[in-house]
Formats: sequence, structure tokens, C-alpha cells
Amino acid sequence: MLQTDQTANTNWTILFLCWLLVTISTLGSLFFSYVVGFAPCVLCWYQRIFLFPLVILLAMGLFPFDKSVIKYALPLAIAGWLTALYHNLLYSGIIPESIQPCSQGVSCTEKYIDLFGFITIPMLSLLSFSTIIGLLILLQRRTSQ
Amino acid sequence: MKYIIFAFSCLILFVAFIFASTFYKDKQTEKLSFMAQENAAVFVRDHSQSLGSDDAKVYLIEFMDPACETCAAFFPFVKQIMNANPGKIKLILRYAPFHDGADYFVKILEAAKKQGKYWETLDVMYKSQPYWASHHNPQPQKIWQFLPKAGLNLEQIKKDMTDPAIVKLIEQDLADAKTLNVQKTPGFIVNGKPLQTFGYQQLQELIQSEIRIAYQN
Repeated sequence: MLQTDQTANTNWTILFLCWLLVTISTLGSLFFSYVVGFAPCVLCWYQRIFLFPLVILLAMGLFPFDKSVIKYALPLAIAGWLTALYHNLLYSGIIPESIQPCSQGVSCTEKYIDLFGFITIPMLSLLSFSTIIGLLILLQRRTSQ
Repeated sequence: MKYIIFAFSCLILFVAFIFASTFYKDKQTEKLSFMAQENAAVFVRDHSQSLGSDDAKVYLIEFMDPACETCAAFFPFVKQIMNANPGKIKLILRYAPFHDGADYFVKILEAAKKQGKYWETLDVMYKSQPYWASHHNPQPQKIWQFLPKAGLNLEQIKKDMTDPAIVKLIEQDLADAKTLNVQKTPGFIVNGKPLQTFGYQQLQELIQSEIRIAYQN
């Protein structure tokens, strides 16, 4: 009994960490656009579309703990990850800019921040989505045992 | 217990966000007021058009774009504040033509300046803006039918607006806008303090507080 309690607690904590990460990412993106004043480009908006619902979705899965939330959250996280990957490829110039979807308004390849030479806003997004997917898959494995 | 952890995290995140925002804005304000002392030229260039008394102690810098609707909507309000505080405010116009093709109108304005009709032309531009600056179908050529209202010599305007000095002046203003972190128009800075949140009320309050500081006695 003690064993299962502990497992349940760990599972809850993993999901909670996932929610924490999603919420911090959301607040971070809001900070960049509303406080610092960077205008979000089209690709950034697509990533937000996949990220923002996770804040509420994962929180709902926490109370009471419901492992089926993984089933609903994972597709969103993967879609966000793919968009972030595409954005990073554009950003780093691997995909030429001419085929990017946003020709008017804000350029998706304009560099706003560049910390330590590799941390850019799209990179933060990719890292965040990767970790979310990692945590969700870990949770999936643990709960389906 | 889990509810408490969750609620506590929400609270911490919320407070952290508010704190970071306030901290960032304060830093920006500090940076600008430092620049206002050390590098006043970033705010006012020799070429900048100004309105109001030279003795005014409150400098209102407006980064504007002739094709920007909000700039047109704000302009009567700015004039109103200036009229309500005669002699205390000096308005400096800087260009931030962010709209596509908006430098065309800046060129017309600068050419009109040579005929001494700057403010008349700006007035005509703002009033006729809906006709030529539609977002779906901008038609800059349509401006010409309105310009005679400002009493301009149009042939001379067409000649003067090709002056390469105007292109340089726009580049300088855009560079200063970047330095001062102006990303939207109209961008207001009052005595080195940027307008933190945008709105009529906020602008009026900022100007009033600067007037109070500058005219204490």
C-alpha cells in the first residue's frame, strides 16, 4: 500500500512539474510580448496556440490525478514541438527565409535575444516543448505499467 | 496538501511576473532618464520639427507615423493638452514610419516644411488619412488631391521630396527610435520618461506630473 501511495505521489509530482514548466513558459512569452514589447511573429503565435491550453488542461489533470490527461496533452505538445523545430530551422538559416509564412508584419527570423550565443526565444520554446513531451512520456510509461 | 502546493505555486508565479514587470519597466525608465542627461540628442535632433515655446520646461517627444491611425486620433488630444498648459510644453515630432511606404508621407511633410506649411500639411494628412491609408488597399497617390488644402505649391513639393537628406533624416529618427525602445506609434516620451501604459488618461497624467515637477515654484 505504501509503495502504491509513493508511486501515485511521484506521478502527481511529474505532472505538476510539467504544469509548472508550461505555466512558466506561458508567463515568459507574455513577458516578452507585453512587458519587453517584442511583437510576436506568426510562428510564435502557432506555438502559443499549442502551449496556452496546456496550462489549464494539465491543471485539470492534477485534481484529481487523471492519467488520461496525457492522451489529450501530448498531441498539443508534439504539434508545438514541431512548430518550434521549424521555427528554429528558419532562425538558424537551415531552411531559407523565402519559404517562411510571414512575409508581412513581424519577421520570424529577427533575433531579439541571444544569450550565451545559443539561447534564443525559439530555442527556449523548443527546449520547453521537448521537456514537456519528455515528462509526459515518462508519466505514460509509469502509469501504464 | 496538493491543493496547497498548487495554489502556492500559482501565487508565487503571479507575484514573480508582476515583480519582474515592474522591475523591468523601472530599469527602462532609469536608462532613459540617464540618456536624457548624457545624450539629449537622441531625443531631439536639429532637424526635428517642434511646436510650442522654447522656454517650456516640459519636452513632449512624439514618435509618429503619418499613416498611423492612432497618431491621427491622438494629435488633437496632444494639442488640447498643450493649449491647456500654455508655454509649458514643447512638442517635438520624430518620425517612426513603421507602416509600409509611410516614408513617402514623411517626405511630403519635410518638403512642406520648406514652404513653411508643416503643421497645415500634417493636419490635412491626418484628416484625409482614411482615404489613402486603408490597410487593405493603401493608395498613397490619393494624398495629392487633399494637399492643396494646406496651401502648398505641389510642383515644388514633388521636387523637394526627392532630397536625399530626407532619407538620411528618416534613418536617423528610426535609429533613435530603436535606441529609445520605441516599437509602436505614437511613442511618447515626456522629459525622458516613456509612457508606460498607453492611453489618453495615462499620457495626460504623465504630462501633468512632469509639469508639477518642472514648475514647482
